[in-house]
Amino acid sequence: MFELLGIPPQAFFGQLLLGLINGAFYAMLSLGLAVIFGLLNVINFTHGAQYMMGAFGAWMLLTWLGLPFWVALVVVPILIGAFGMVLERALLRHLYHLDHLYGLLLTFGLALIIEGLYRQQFGSSGQPYVNPMPGGTNLGFMFLPYYRAFIIVFSLAVCVATWYMIERTKLGSYLRAATERPDLVQAFGINVPRMITLTYGFGVGLAALAGVLAAPAYQVSPPMGSNLIIVVFAVVVIGGMGSIMGSILTGFGLGVIEGLTKVFYPEASSTVIFVIMAIVLMIKPAGLFGKQK
Amino acid sequence: MKLKPTTLKAAITAAAALFAGTAAAQYSDGVIKIGVMNDMSGLYADIAGPGSVWAAKKAVEDFGAAAKGLKVEVLGADHQNKPDVGSNIVRQWIDVDKVDVIVDVPTSSVALAVNQIVRDKNKVFLNSGAATSDLTGKACSPNTVHWTYDTWMLANATGKATVKTGGDTWFFLTADYAFGHALERDTEAVVVKNGGKVLGKVRHPFPGQDFSSFLLQAQASKAKVIGLANAGGDTINSIKQASEFGIVKGGQNLAGLLVFVNDIHALGLPTAQGLLLTESFYWDKDDATRAWSKEYFAANKNKMPSMVIAGVYASVLHYLKAVTELKSDADGVKVVEKMKSMPTDDKLFGKGSIRVDGRKLHDVYLFEVKKPAESKAPWDYYKLRATIPAAEAFRPLADGGCPLVK
Repeated sequence: MFELLGIPPQAFFGQLLLGLINGAFYAMLSLGLAVIFGLLNVINFTHGAQYMMGAFGAWMLLTWLGLPFWVALVVVPILIGAFGMVLERALLRHLYHLDHLYGLLLTFGLALIIEGLYRQQFGSSGQPYVNPMPGGTNLGFMFLPYYRAFIIVFSLAVCVATWYMIERTKLGSYLRAATERPDLVQAFGINVPRMITLTYGFGVGLAALAGVLAAPAYQVSPPMGSNLIIVVFAVVVIGGMGSIMGSILTGFGLGVIEGLTKVFYPEASSTVIFVIMAIVLMIKPAGLFGKQK
Repeated sequence: MKLKPTTLKAAITAAAALFAGTAAAQYSDGVIKIGVMNDMSGLYADIAGPGSVWAAKKAVEDFGAAAKGLKVEVLGADHQNKPDVGSNIVRQWIDVDKVDVIVDVPTSSVALAVNQIVRDKNKVFLNSGAATSDLTGKACSPNTVHWTYDTWMLANATGKATVKTGGDTWFFLTADYAFGHALERDTEAVVVKNGGKVLGKVRHPFPGQDFSSFLLQAQASKAKVIGLANAGGDTINSIKQASEFGIVKGGQNLAGLLVFVNDIHALGLPTAQGLLLTESFYWDKDDATRAWSKEYFAANKNKMPSMVIAGVYASVLHYLKAVTELKSDADGVKVVEKMKSMPTDDKLFGKGSIRVDGRKLHDVYLFEVKKPAESKAPWDYYKLRATIPAAEAFRPLADGGCPLVK
């Protein structure tokens, strides 16, 4: 059947795998967005900028301090996450009682400011980042760089761990309860505002983590986040706003669909996700995994 | 969905123009006003951007305008790579602010729009940043000089050299818009003419992020050369990922059809080594270019100038010479005629000339990106593979279809 479509099975499996790798980025980014939206009801448009900050953070550690990729993988998400918490405390907090739109405008404005500052400082053509795991292995149907294999394994682990923490642990149940009935949870002696700050920091940290992962594979430049963020929002909408598992599954799934489109009709590969989004919104307005409120 | 501070910039330039002096001289409104318009904040901001404004000001200074009693003003604006934004700025500049010459304007679509407006208003357009060879072809204008490079030149130099050194089967990775298509078309013609063959091509969305899928298709085609008919971040991502997927190690070569020195800087030599590319200016060419570039480097956040920025400097300098000779900047066609009649000579491009269709002629260089071990200092990136003499580097006059050529 594959030959009928003009593609030998080897190439098909290669593209499938590449799609999964790209899907890993979509999944990690949309996961952060889903956590933030699900628990804070904030549409975090700064997410792309925070992803970019993650990539630049890795570059700064390597270039200025000589710290390798593996250190950046741990340190950068914590630093950027802390930056996110400051943002939440100083700015976002004051908007919770208003419409979603205000949070969206604030975070969008912040994204533009951050991107502009980075462009001013580092220029627009980007910075080099050396691949920490050069080489690869021949799978028979394609050459798989070790680093790409690492991306897929690592991000799957992060996604599953996040899902487990929010949906299956006591801390996660506090978080979910705090978003549904903050007053009641507070009455049980739990510091809800602090929990919300930590959650936002965690979501931002996830974006930064994806950014660190992206540094060796993609161009590290100020607009790298805004190029990606619109697609990621589409992934979140398709998966269902706020659904953790939904965003993981749709992230990987859409990566694969996009990857296959790149073979059959490359010109459409940047639009296919939005076509799917339109169809999903018509059939299931709350998204594939979202709950109708 | 991007808001950019153009309105603010336009307001500032307008205000600056308002308060500008009105001393009377033989020049229209007493001042020669140079408007440098390009992408100040987007993906081409390092290739041109604020650096071009610096270069224009430097040209005014080196020309000794003040000592010669000339009053020259340099303005800058951001066209955001959008033809409508660029057209509005140019109309405002010419009609309200009395700008005499528009300089730089990368992004072919914007350049073609500006080309027409400047012609209608009989001012001067010195293009350095745009690639399309149509500016001196079917869209050529008696008011326009195309200074630095064009798609034909890039295709001819890189394409020919690659085929001649054994790269006779090609696969194209093409940005899916006018510029990419033009570059692919021009290069394919050169490849076929020199006995090569095109085995396949893929049109990727612009801008793209992940090229691994397309690179895999290129790998499967078994073509000896993968031609990158794209620019900026797309080229950087293609090359970075080609290195990751072991394309070059596997025996295939990359040909960057439009690569600037700033792109190589963003890639780093371990990734970019061995790449062939064509430029008409390199900062490390000789003592004069080194001295000029080091000054630029110090004033522009430790970046070396691209050929586009060098072109802005040289074209403004030549414009000022012509205007002083004419003692008038009023009639755009006359100024450009004067520019064409005088031989050009500057420290960045050397001696040259401007052809009747507006094409500036100078030598063009085919470079190979150095291996990390060969690079002695930061920004020491290229070794010269070939010099293509001015007479051969650009499209023959008769082939362009320019109506000015009789």
